[in-house]
Amino acid sequence: MADKELLLEFKDVNTYYGDLHVLKNVNYTIGKGEIVCLLGGNASGKSTTMKTIMGVVRPQTGSVTFDGKVIGNMPTSERVKLGIAPVLEARRLFPRMTVFENLEIGAYTQPRGPQFDQDLERVYSLFPRVKERRTQLAGTLSGGEQQMVAIGRALMARPRLICMDEPSMGLSPRFVETVFDTIQEINRQGCSIFMVEQNANMALSIAHRAYVLQTGVVVLSGTAAELRENDMIKQAYLGEMQVEGAAA
Amino acid sequence: MTAFDLFLQQAINGLSLGAMYSLLALGFTLVYGIMELINFSHFNVFMVGCMIAMVTLKLFGLNGQDTILTGLPLIGVMLVGFFVTMTLCGGIGVFIERLLLRPLRAVKGPAPMITTIGVSYVLFNIILLTIGGDSKNFPNPLPPIAFNIGGAVLRLREILIWIIAVLLMGGLTYFVQYTKLGKAIRATAQDQEAARMMGIEVDRVIMSAFFIGSALAGASGMIFGLYYNLAKVDIGFGAGLRAFTAAVLGGIGNVPGAMLGGVLIGLIESSSGQFLGSAWSDVVIFSILVLVLVLKPAGLLGRLAPNKS
Repeated sequence: MADKELLLEFKDVNTYYGDLHVLKNVNYTIGKGEIVCLLGGNASGKSTTMKTIMGVVRPQTGSVTFDGKVIGNMPTSERVKLGIAPVLEARRLFPRMTVFENLEIGAYTQPRGPQFDQDLERVYSLFPRVKERRTQLAGTLSGGEQQMVAIGRALMARPRLICMDEPSMGLSPRFVETVFDTIQEINRQGCSIFMVEQNANMALSIAHRAYVLQTGVVVLSGTAAELRENDMIKQAYLGEMQVEGAAA
Repeated sequence: MTAFDLFLQQAINGLSLGAMYSLLALGFTLVYGIMELINFSHFNVFMVGCMIAMVTLKLFGLNGQDTILTGLPLIGVMLVGFFVTMTLCGGIGVFIERLLLRPLRAVKGPAPMITTIGVSYVLFNIILLTIGGDSKNFPNPLPPIAFNIGGAVLRLREILIWIIAVLLMGGLTYFVQYTKLGKAIRATAQDQEAARMMGIEVDRVIMSAFFIGSALAGASGMIFGLYYNLAKVDIGFGAGLRAFTAAVLGGIGNVPGAMLGGVLIGLIESSSGQFLGSAWSDVVIFSILVLVLVLKPAGLLGRLAPNKS
């Protein structure tokens, strides 16, 4: 981490929903070019972390900086312009708009020009299926195809950081692998990834580093390799793998 | 007049009423589609639009039906009349949204809807106190040209109303379908939070929906004046209720649905007035509404619940 330039930083961040204290003195860093994964159970504050990055939830205290700029109170649209794009939980495409229109909305903060066509080509070459389906309504696609569009939609914003909320949720095991391959490919092309994921096994296999969040507190952090060997992680998140291993 | 002529005549009348209701229904449906808010102030934005149009036409020296214009002066006066009315009504809509509804954005429950009812009464009383409560003679400079189609009469004013309605609805359809802001409006209506996260300024989208909806209400108010040759402070309730019914009939939140619903309500009103007596119009309109809602609760072109996935 020390050799990587800082892209996103949470410093002692506290967020509240009314009286409910969600994130408690949370610190994260994401370096340029990194894949960082956030593990945690239900109601641990993972989605709140995503919403805090996107500016849907504002931190009460503490600071959020992106590429050296304090963004804690910046409206979401400004953050997207700076280069933060989300892949939302359950994909959240605009179901009654075409695939192409969904991609256009992804590029909402970008000027329409040769750059748009270039970004579109990039998405189409990454996902030929998306190109085939471009005139279809997004709501009619399969879950896997929708996930491709959701990732493509994020890419259209020319992001430097993509925040992914449960990218494997509801996908067939075979397709999960495709999605994770794509995430690695996008990362190789220079985009940092911050990912909330239930599938800890998969996530740790592609992430550089990871944080573990429990009821709003970061209880563990380290490189993905370290965390894979950690007993607590093995028990809490990689349990299934061990059972499978024992059975075999 | 034969039965067919009567039918034709009522189709002509119904399409004109329908044009008016469709334009008004679009404002309900745009705002509801984005905010799930029934905007009752829309009733009286329509009435204020009729008044603004009347005052604007009077400023041209037009009085009642005495002055007849033809050719370019007529087109010019009509264009200016619609432009002024729509711009001012759009401004009123933006004012209502920005100053009265945006502060309530985070408030759950019926507070915003109650606010729109309050605004509706404020507009009503402002007009009552300034222009008065009696029926006014709405200036109409159209030459009394009429065509006989069989036994039915098609007047110039009906043709004008249709042309304006088709232009405005075509323009709106193009805007919503193909422009960047129009797409942002659709995206926001389908999933507001996701739209926000794509970088869409949702407040700006809501404000444009209010501007467009209110401007169309203004156009509708001017059409009312040209059609009936009158302006009165209480016209908002009848027309507004029918237009709201039209929006629900077509599927509230659905733009083509509001257009279809408006035309249907217009046709139902004119034909039931002809064949059953005008006292029966409301009975028929609202019975059909109840029937449609029982058989197809989402309206003719609507969807029951927004599909979020």
